[in-house]
Amino acid sequence: MSKVQLSNVIKTYPNGAEAVRGVDMEIQSGEFIVFVGPSGCGKSTLLRMIAGLEKITDGQIHIDDGLINDVSPADRDVAMVFQNYALYPHMTVRGNMSYGLKNRGMPKSEIDKKVTDAAEMLRIGDFLDRQPNQLSGGQRQRVAMGRAIVREPKVFLFDEPLSNLDAKLRVQMRIEIKRLQRRMNVTSIYVTHDQTEAMTLADRLAVINDGKIEQMGAPIDLYNNPETLFVASFIGSPQVNLLPVTFDGQHLVNGNLKLAGFSDLPNSKELVLGIRPDELSLDDNGQFPLRVDIVEQHGSDNLIYGGILGATDDGVEEMEFCFKTSQDMLPDLDSTLTLGFNAERAMVFDKTTGDRLR
Amino acid sequence: MKRVQFEHSAIPYLFVAPQIIIILVFFLWPAAQAIYQSFLLEDAFGLSSQFVWFRNYEDTIFSDSWLQAAGFTIVFSAIVTFLSLALALLLAVKANEVIRGASTYKTTLMWAYAIAPPVAGLMGNLMFNPLIGDMYKFLNAIGWDFDHKLDSFDAGFVVVLISVWKQVSVNFIFFLSGLQGIPKSVNEASMMDCRSPTRRFWTITFPLLAPTTFFLMVINITYAFFETFGIIDTTTRGAPGGATNTLVFKVFQDGFRGADLGGSSAQSVVLMIMVLALTVVQFRFIERKVHY
Amino acid sequence: MKQWNWRLISTHAILIVGVCFMSLPVWVAFATSTHSAEHILRNGLQFWPGSDFVETYRQVLFVDGGVMKSVLGTTMLKNSLILGIGFAVGKVIISMLAAYAIVYFRFKLAVPLFWVIFMTLLLPLEVRIIPSYEVVAGLGLLDTHVGLIVPLIASATGTFFFRQFFRSVPDELLEAARLDGATAWGFFKDILVPLSKTMIAAILIIMFVVGWNQYLWPLIMTTKEENYTLVIGIKQIYQILAEGGELPQYQKAFALTILATLPPVLVVLVFQNWFVKGLVESEK
Repeated sequence: MSKVQLSNVIKTYPNGAEAVRGVDMEIQSGEFIVFVGPSGCGKSTLLRMIAGLEKITDGQIHIDDGLINDVSPADRDVAMVFQNYALYPHMTVRGNMSYGLKNRGMPKSEIDKKVTDAAEMLRIGDFLDRQPNQLSGGQRQRVAMGRAIVREPKVFLFDEPLSNLDAKLRVQMRIEIKRLQRRMNVTSIYVTHDQTEAMTLADRLAVINDGKIEQMGAPIDLYNNPETLFVASFIGSPQVNLLPVTFDGQHLVNGNLKLAGFSDLPNSKELVLGIRPDELSLDDNGQFPLRVDIVEQHGSDNLIYGGILGATDDGVEEMEFCFKTSQDMLPDLDSTLTLGFNAERAMVFDKTTGDRLR
Repeated sequence: MKRVQFEHSAIPYLFVAPQIIIILVFFLWPAAQAIYQSFLLEDAFGLSSQFVWFRNYEDTIFSDSWLQAAGFTIVFSAIVTFLSLALALLLAVKANEVIRGASTYKTTLMWAYAIAPPVAGLMGNLMFNPLIGDMYKFLNAIGWDFDHKLDSFDAGFVVVLISVWKQVSVNFIFFLSGLQGIPKSVNEASMMDCRSPTRRFWTITFPLLAPTTFFLMVINITYAFFETFGIIDTTTRGAPGGATNTLVFKVFQDGFRGADLGGSSAQSVVLMIMVLALTVVQFRFIERKVHY
Repeated sequence: MKQWNWRLISTHAILIVGVCFMSLPVWVAFATSTHSAEHILRNGLQFWPGSDFVETYRQVLFVDGGVMKSVLGTTMLKNSLILGIGFAVGKVIISMLAAYAIVYFRFKLAVPLFWVIFMTLLLPLEVRIIPSYEVVAGLGLLDTHVGLIVPLIASATGTFFFRQFFRSVPDELLEAARLDGATAWGFFKDILVPLSKTMIAAILIIMFVVGWNQYLWPLIMTTKEENYTLVIGIKQIYQILAEGGELPQYQKAFALTILATLPPVLVVLVFQNWFVKGLVESEK
């Protein structure tokens, strides 16, 4: 039960590359925080700085009330689950789980008890005397978690732990990680580039872009109220539909399209309109004529992709939109659907700064 | 290098110390000595010496015997390298083709690796012994007036044969592992694109083996330069008349037998430069390999 | 009727010729070593074993003056084993430690020291024979095991081999171990060495063969017969045969070549897979 505090944390590499450009964050005790962002955004570097595997160029990191900038990784009392698990290949599962405790000089009987308990909890009790190469991917993943659990650390760190698993196992383990964290109530920081994982696991989500936090908050808040174009397009699957527009005083304009229902927007700026695929609906009076290109049937719902007639993408092509609808809606290819949207729920961004305008 | 490293002041020095000390004492110091001595001329009794600049180099390197040895070493190295590579490649390709008996062939073709060059030399020497050697009798029986004690070509023939024999197995091991490293799918794709196995070999397989071949060339040249010392020393010993002297054998002879310290050192330095050149070539190549 | 597969037949034919080329000389050496000196002198080389196997090898291995002036075959065998094993073990220890320091530590002289090790590639024994001899003689190490083995074990090959291997070990392993509280020595002993087991085995095998087969260095290092290795014995018997004398003891010369060949060949054959792996990996 520990809180973690980052103040103006900066990482600059010797070659001048800035991986993290000033991050402030307060993580409450027992909270599950997810760092999400595209690859190379600095989220892993941030995690590794908390672990002590990367030096901090500037700023401070506290765990509880202790400044840990110069504390060695072993003394920070954190445990990490690695992407490739990093199990010691020559040790048994038991050996892997007890190595850290042995190094801390814990008596053998106590180690045995902790390992057995953790193995029980993770349902790997039967594999304790096997070596990692005799285990399946999912089992290895559990051992890696077990190794972290037995340490009873102040903070759990997860570095894309599920990305080496197949899709089905990933969902299963995701649920298990969440359950485990609830049960143990240990402060956890989890890095991923998968937005579904991020949405489902996080108490709070930090979207990181180019070494900075774009926005931090509850996942559903980020989905409903993204503060920037980047967050809007990163969170949500299928992706938000984006249409470059300008404002003429009453309408948002793109090519032949004139969209009503907007006001109080700057006249001269280039803007971007964002509409989530499930905010679109069939509407005979709608403003988007969509020429159907592809229909993906996902089971409970269908995704219909197509070009918006009359809209131009820099004058070259039609804008592509995605429309999420129910499974019984199956239009012919090349037919035209007329779609409407609720202007109240639509988002408008400044194209150059990416800031949300309404 | 590693993303994360230990930072300690003394421990890494402690770990490299044994190796570094041995290198300083037994490698760098003697090498420096060799360079130093190559500029000195000792009197006949080894009592005094004087600094003579490049005299030793001029005296030895422009001597007929050194030039003869250099010429023989180059021709010898080229022939040994080519023959042992060609033979090993042929055997490796064939051994890679067969299914039945593959492991038996592999084992029986590679085990000669473990034989020391002087042992191979003595065996070969006895095979060519005029009194008992069947090879000697056989060659004379087929009309070759063979006498490696008198004829320099015949002496060269013996040394080359034994050197090639000793080296085939190493090359075989590398070629075979190179061939096995070619992905099966590449072979299958080439089988659909090209009917002739011979053409397939020269257009697909051989180019893919190029890195191995190049690497082995360097290894083989080094072998022919240095390791064949043991073979020469147990067969011809440079006879007849220095016709089968390699440069290394000559350094040894002049230094230990002839006690010509300065001249022998000068020859050593020239050899160092040759090794340097070979290493540079090898590393150029390795760097290229890294990029592709 | 089944068609003759000429391609397959020619493949096997080539391989069989190759196998004969590689193996026959050794077989002939063995077969000839089991005949008496008179028989060999009269009839030349032998293709089938004779009746003198026990006598020849007894003479070579156990009888004083049986092959050399004074040293027994068993003594040479012992010396060869000491050289082979000492060389292999020493080289593995020295090069693992150095490679560990170079790969896993950040220290000022890492790069220069790496180049010092690299330099050994440029200085094969053959180019520094005489001064090397002088150094060893000056240290009073002639005719000692230390003087024989230590100067040989410092070359770069082993260090490069382990450096290459350590670099292929995933970084996360060290990171996990550090989070688990492992010290520098602890990580080496608990993780890296056990992890390198097969690599160590492979390099031990190769280095045993290389050490056993050393020729030039032991040749100039040993002056006393009791310190001869089998490979040096080869040189001596060459000398004896070349000098002539009454009846040339060819069978003993052949027996000596077989004895000098057998141990390294056995090691290579028994540990074939490790050996090939080690050889191919170490040269990358």
